[in-house]
Amino acid sequence: MTSSYNQRDWTVHPSYFSENYKSTHLRSPTKAPIKIEQTNSELTAPSFFPLINHEQENDLTKNGAVNGQQPLGERIVVTGRVVDENGKPQPNTLIEIWQCNSSGRYIHAADQHDAPLDPNFFGAGRCITDNNGIYKFYSIKPGAYPWGNHKNAWRPAHIHFSLFGPAFATRLITQSYFPGDPLLELDPIFQSTPKEARKLLIKTFDIEATEEGFALGYKFDFILRGPKATPMEK
Amino acid sequence: MSLKQTPSQTIGPFFAYGLTPKQYGYNKIKDIASNDLNSEGTIGERISIEGIVFDGNDEPVDDALIEIWQASSSGLYVTSKNLKDTNDSFSGFGRCGTGTNPQRKFSFTTIKPGTTGDNQAPHINFTVFMRGLLSHVYTRMYFPEEEGANQHDSFLLNVPKNRRQTLIAKQISSNKGSVYQFNIYMQGANETVFFDV
Ligand SMILES: [Fe+3]
Repeated sequence: MTSSYNQRDWTVHPSYFSENYKSTHLRSPTKAPIKIEQTNSELTAPSFFPLINHEQENDLTKNGAVNGQQPLGERIVVTGRVVDENGKPQPNTLIEIWQCNSSGRYIHAADQHDAPLDPNFFGAGRCITDNNGIYKFYSIKPGAYPWGNHKNAWRPAHIHFSLFGPAFATRLITQSYFPGDPLLELDPIFQSTPKEARKLLIKTFDIEATEEGFALGYKFDFILRGPKATPMEK
Repeated sequence: MSLKQTPSQTIGPFFAYGLTPKQYGYNKIKDIASNDLNSEGTIGERISIEGIVFDGNDEPVDDALIEIWQASSSGLYVTSKNLKDTNDSFSGFGRCGTGTNPQRKFSFTTIKPGTTGDNQAPHINFTVFMRGLLSHVYTRMYFPEEEGANQHDSFLLNVPKNRRQTLIAKQISSNKGSVYQFNIYMQGANETVFFDV
């Protein structure tokens, strides 16, 4: 077992408080987190492998379809690697996925956006990385949607991701965006990320990953916290 | 280190159908975890945990996701490595959203964890996610009856004395066994202690 993991790098993660993202005002902690030495509790994590059925759950174009019909929207295939900060692949890593449909509507009962639901799209799935840390899933490109944060606030198209990684300390929930989206400049959530790190949240369009006559390919790598270097390695 | 960590982003308000589908009544995908960590073969003292997440106006948060990770009654974390070495069918990991209870409570059914060594009192690890929280927070729940062990716990010893009580659950009586109440305060005079894990 790894003896400790690098701290969260606050030069890439957003601060808890963001002036322009209003929901942070009453929900962000005001006191600095307390420093600790990692113990067994932080260095272990539950194993979800082989609990899920990868083949059925990594295709969001099929897992909500009724009578074999297809969801509306531009079909995409998203692939990439889960690695740690040293570039070491992370095999058997669970990735949970959720997103809105092509018109910008979530199936979630609390989503009140007046855009149509798609009877053939559920919008959630999962995949697991292979021995080389590679994952792949199919979906449709999510739409932009309005939210009440400020006048004419629209979220750029994004997919939500949840990853565990090898330890409680490596837990990550994030969102990834699409290249060239004009809404990125205006989105307080994306903009809350330190400037230099924002590109780490944007997928790359990839013609190699694109599947002939079927789906546009996007690449996205997840980089999780890595083991702390021992004094020798430093 | 050659690569930069992927930045965290908020979980947003619409995670439930993907992460806690059963609790919220969605049936297209199965849960990987629920708020019940036990099964018939779980060894240990049955307990329940319940609490409310409060924002800076002392309003209950109705769209938070709570995850817990804890040792078994023998102090062992159920990881892929030791899964087969034990007869104890305990999952160690639980998930609950705050959107389905009328009072916005989260709740878990589990067992009291054993001690894991390393100057650690029995405890339950918490992560909290919600809309408006750009990175998750880590905290721990400790047991009020473990006063002696709590005094030597390496995490609690790093916490200023006047804030330690935010990490100690309240034991309340109930006809379904021991219930521990553990509220989480994001801000205010009783702001919960979060750890830089
Ligand atoms: Fe979203």
